[in-house]
Amino acid sequence: MTTTTHDGPDAATRRPARVRLLWLLAVVALLAFLMIASVALGSRSVAWSDVWAALGGADGSMEEAAVTKRIPRTVLAVIVGAALGISGAVMQGVTRNPLADPGILGVNMGASLAIVVGVAFFGLSTATGYVWVAMAGAGVAAVFVYTVGSLGRGGATPLKLALAGAATSAALASLVTAVMLPRNDIAGGIRLWQIGGVGGASFERIGHLLPFLAAGFALCLLSARALNSLALGDELAAGLGERVARARALAALGAVVLCGTCTAAAGPIGFVGLVVPHMCRLLVGPDHRWLLPFSALTGASLLTAADVVGRIVARPAEVDVGIITALIGAPFFLYIVRRQKVREL
Amino acid sequence: MSADLLLRPTTGSPVTSAADVARGRTRRARRRRTVTLVLLVLVVAGFAVSLMFGRTFYPASDVLRVVLGEQVPGASFTVGRLRLPRAVLAVFAGFAFGLAGVTFQTMLRNPLASPDVIGISSGASAAAAVGIIVLGLNGTAVSVLAIVAALGVALLVYVLAFRDGVVGTRLILMGIGVAAMLDSVTAYALSRAAEWDLQEAMRWLTGSLNGAGWNQVVPTVVAVLVLAPVLLWQSRNLSALQLGEDTAAALGVRVERTRIVLIVAAVGLIAFATAAAGPIAFVAFLSGPIAARIVGPGGSLLVPSALVGALLVLVADFVGQYALGTRYPVGVVTGVLGAPYLVYLIVRTHRAGSSL
Repeated sequence: MTTTTHDGPDAATRRPARVRLLWLLAVVALLAFLMIASVALGSRSVAWSDVWAALGGADGSMEEAAVTKRIPRTVLAVIVGAALGISGAVMQGVTRNPLADPGILGVNMGASLAIVVGVAFFGLSTATGYVWVAMAGAGVAAVFVYTVGSLGRGGATPLKLALAGAATSAALASLVTAVMLPRNDIAGGIRLWQIGGVGGASFERIGHLLPFLAAGFALCLLSARALNSLALGDELAAGLGERVARARALAALGAVVLCGTCTAAAGPIGFVGLVVPHMCRLLVGPDHRWLLPFSALTGASLLTAADVVGRIVARPAEVDVGIITALIGAPFFLYIVRRQKVREL
Repeated sequence: MSADLLLRPTTGSPVTSAADVARGRTRRARRRRTVTLVLLVLVVAGFAVSLMFGRTFYPASDVLRVVLGEQVPGASFTVGRLRLPRAVLAVFAGFAFGLAGVTFQTMLRNPLASPDVIGISSGASAAAAVGIIVLGLNGTAVSVLAIVAALGVALLVYVLAFRDGVVGTRLILMGIGVAAMLDSVTAYALSRAAEWDLQEAMRWLTGSLNGAGWNQVVPTVVAVLVLAPVLLWQSRNLSALQLGEDTAAALGVRVERTRIVLIVAAVGLIAFATAAAGPIAFVAFLSGPIAARIVGPGGSLLVPSALVGALLVLVADFVGQYALGTRYPVGVVTGVLGAPYLVYLIVRTHRAGSSL
């Protein structure tokens, strides 16, 4: 390859633009298909004629009403999936760590604890309040885990970060339970939210999330070029004129905003941010300017698919989307850990 | 820094003569005996206190008469039916967790490699929750299911972590990943429950002694009485194993056989205790390091940390029941205590300069 570009950290693994475009079309088609499936399929079987009628605005019959309720739910799954996918890709880029994921690094749990504390002690109830509190919790947890994981020789190695994240998650989860348990008045509502679900979505609540998501998406996508430089190593990135600390802080801020917002909206959903960027890297290579949008599309597809599966495997009950993503994602985590070279503790 | 240094901080100055060595050994043995005795007394005292105190106080004489089978108005129900099975389960479940935890930690030479961190407790818990809530099983069937699942998880984690030998860190991360999966199975089982039963949920998520009855207590007691002697009988081999496989083999230990016996016995303890009381958070993880700190270096930690486990569960349950205003299940109390220690341990390991 003779072209000289800043495209990717590793020119040899670059994909030709044509291949990328094909994959892009494929993922968009997949997402469209899954969105249709998500509206059409559910614990109640609905005929296609009812689906069309409901999409046209009718909600007279039970079937049409069910479909009408599935529309905001699908939209929320797409948005949250996209945000989780992108924030996972950014976290992996910022920490140069293949195991980075908002769930594994304890960021989701930080947001959860903040929300539970807010609801229990400070009467938190507005949708916007949820998001602000969740972002603060996510940020504190992210900084804490990164600090703990970077102590000692070798800085923030993947396994040290993962271990610090898991320990912090466990600590925060105990605190969440301790705060929640005596409060029967809030326990029911929080439990549903805690497993991670998109079931209770409404367009009004989605509207409250949009400004935060827009800010997060913008921060992340604008960091794409900087993330490419960071992938070369800090020294080289600085040599290319990148202000390393600032670039890293901005990208991390974007990721934290996104996963804090997701946690506020749908509870802590793990492993989407881990799996998606790895899959996308296989498809389009490591260039973040392609990787980030791709991760958004693939994350949206994955979460929509998980939500649909959760609705139909246990009819008439539903399995929360967080359970499905953990079942899919955890084996993938095991696979990546197995590939890592590790030394004795 | 090797892991057993974490378990046993060495404090002694270099010894010079054989006499000094012998004297040091006697002193340490005496200290271990004293500590063990004190722990035993504390467990008995804690047991007595948790029978006597509560919403209503019953004097020791009443409690003793109930335990001996006499009918005492009021006390027969409160102490005999409510407090006694609960306290017995606390002692034996704690004993089982403490013993199994330190066995794993010593064998794998890593304080993080306790059964509750590497997913074995999660496996037992998921199996028990699925068995009770989804399949409608009870009693022995649940214990059997839990033990099969726990053994399966232990094998799975070991196989997954095996690549040119098992490296402790990889095993721990594999265990964390497997635990995440199993916890989602538990969450699924709980969401299938007819209605959200918080008591039941807390039992399988963090461990709880609420509603303990004799039908749960008896299997745990039997398991401890059978399996604890097996582990104690292997304690010398376990100490040898701690020196590394080659050294142990040179000392005449049949490494593979010892390891299998140890794993099966320890996993059995975890499974039975979990089937009765849920995966009481971090007791298996905490008991060993606490025991190591109070016993000091040298010698086996099995008995002291089993006693520490029993004491932890007794005290945490008592605190959760009466000291905090609301009634917390025991697992929440041990979780809030244990999780920061887990973080602290990781910070200290990283500070000490080891890299993962």
